[in-house]
Amino acid sequence: MPGTVIRKTVAIGILFIALAILPHFLKYHHQDFLIFLVINVLVVVSYRLVTLTGEWSLIHAVMMGVGAYGSALLSKQAGLSFWISFPLAGGIAAIVAALLCFPLFRMTQFYFLIGSFAAGEAIRLSWIHFIKPFGGTSGISAIPSPELLDIDFLEPIPYFYLVLIIVTICLFLLFRIEKSRIGLTLHAVHWKASLAESIGVNTWNYRSLAFITGSFFVGLAGALKVHYIGTVTPKQFDIGFMVFILIWVIVGGYRTFYGAILGAVVLSVLDEMFREFNELRPAIYGAILIFSILYLPAGLESLPQRLKRVFGRKDRQMERT
Amino acid sequence: MAILEVQNLTKKFGGLTALNDVSFKVGEGQIHGLIGPNGAGKSTMFKNIAGFYTPTRGDILFEGKSITGQTPSRISMSGIVRTFQETTLFQEMTVFENVLVGTHNRSRTNIFSAIIGLDRLIQQQARTSAMQALEFMGLEDRKHQLASELPLGSQRALAIAIALVSKPKLMLMDEPFAGMNPEETRGMMQLTRKVRESGVTIVLVEHDMKAVMGLCDQLTVLNFGTLLAGGSPEQVRNNPDVINAYLGGSHQV
Ligand SMILES: Nc1ncnc2c1ncn2[C@@H]1O[C@H](COP(=O)(O)OP(=O)(O)OP(=O)(O)O)[C@@H](O)[C@H]1O
Ligand SMILES: [Mg+2]
Repeated sequence: MPGTVIRKTVAIGILFIALAILPHFLKYHHQDFLIFLVINVLVVVSYRLVTLTGEWSLIHAVMMGVGAYGSALLSKQAGLSFWISFPLAGGIAAIVAALLCFPLFRMTQFYFLIGSFAAGEAIRLSWIHFIKPFGGTSGISAIPSPELLDIDFLEPIPYFYLVLIIVTICLFLLFRIEKSRIGLTLHAVHWKASLAESIGVNTWNYRSLAFITGSFFVGLAGALKVHYIGTVTPKQFDIGFMVFILIWVIVGGYRTFYGAILGAVVLSVLDEMFREFNELRPAIYGAILIFSILYLPAGLESLPQRLKRVFGRKDRQMERT
Repeated sequence: MAILEVQNLTKKFGGLTALNDVSFKVGEGQIHGLIGPNGAGKSTMFKNIAGFYTPTRGDILFEGKSITGQTPSRISMSGIVRTFQETTLFQEMTVFENVLVGTHNRSRTNIFSAIIGLDRLIQQQARTSAMQALEFMGLEDRKHQLASELPLGSQRALAIAIALVSKPKLMLMDEPFAGMNPEETRGMMQLTRKVRESGVTIVLVEHDMKAVMGLCDQLTVLNFGTLLAGGSPEQVRNNPDVINAYLGGSHQV
């Protein structure tokens, strides 16, 4: 056991250092790409927390927007510094999620999926409709970037470090939650809600807890994103983006903590590589999705084990001959 | 004193009356059998008591207080836990994790202390009592196995361990011996007695009459949703109505 812990710690350390020096070897727009990639990792991992109880929502992208709008308004309208508006963005997303729990968690499965989509669209439409604070379709622009000492957070590399540190902390917290007894109970609610209830688990509470906590973290991700871009629009958080989140999680796999991360990273990098074949990109993306569902139904996360099995079998066959 | 009292309970599913005006009492510390032919309404009775169904009419008192219509988790917190007729486990978790989930009632935590690790002592206690429950049911050697990999007898034992670790006062066991061979049944009977000796009152639904007669202090007999008879195994065994209900009297009760 301690051996694997040490090996894991070392692996994570190496990964972290590699990430830290990586942007220095990249072109400008690839540095941007890297920032969004790290933010998207937080998006999928927080989504994973929501799906742990077995309920797949279609509102996660919108909750990201709630955090983004929240932080944008607080920093622009109320003049708060990023360092205050950023954590509050998570809080706002969590509060909105808490209010939504009452109608949403009366539904399960398919109805929950549709209900969460409807609730998300209602929020998105109110951003478009209420021009007063939200700025309609063009959204809010000139969102101030963070201020700290003399660091220029308009530059990608400093902002990348900021994102990397914050996302790493968030991932660590999400990991702790999943590995705690609360995480275990969330799994239990998923696998057998009736049994969980019979031993005193209030499934409603746990579904809500996962949804609120997941929304908190994706709210932070939303704030991180728009303080870099400088603008926030309803378009950024539409169902199209939500579909991407779903695809990342499905292709990556939702059984392990790193599956979703793998999905987001691999697909985003592929997408970036195919940037030249602009008009073909959706087709390539779709092909990858169908291919992975057909041939890797348990996701990219299952790849190492499958390879091991395939090669293990070959070894054994060779021994026999 | 009666720990559980069911008063005039009626449960209807649309036009079908699954339970019709049934009343009975369960004495504290007893093993109380709830028997009857297939479809008599035994599982429905359990689901009403445990809060999975809301009674159409009637009242359920636990330790003198009404629990009618409360949610399953609430009822479980006041000390009633049911096991399921179909073996119901967290199949994808290990044996130990299954039981650890069962400690939920006793060692609550919140998300902040879970993140920071403030609840270490509670977690330690939870793991200890989970381990004790496994030892109690003789499952300690299998604790790292997946629940789905266990043989049937051990799965049943695990289901009881999950219920037991929540430290219930009353346990509703739905056909714990179904599908077991005589030897497994004997082992399970032994365990059931052990559970009672640890201070838990048991209501047992079971078709295995030898096991029922051997275990139970009191019996309640249901037939087509109505109360047919009640009393000691001796009284019930000699009740002509009961003999009639079981295969028209030809069956040896
Ligand atoms: N959810 C439900 N909806 C409609 N009818 C139901 C429902 N649950 C049970 N019933 C009906 O109620 C009656 C009693 O069922 P129940 O499962 O309680 O019987 P049982 O005594 O447990 O039988 P068995 O010994 O076969 O387990 C049956 O006729 C059954 O079809
Ligand atoms: Mg039944």
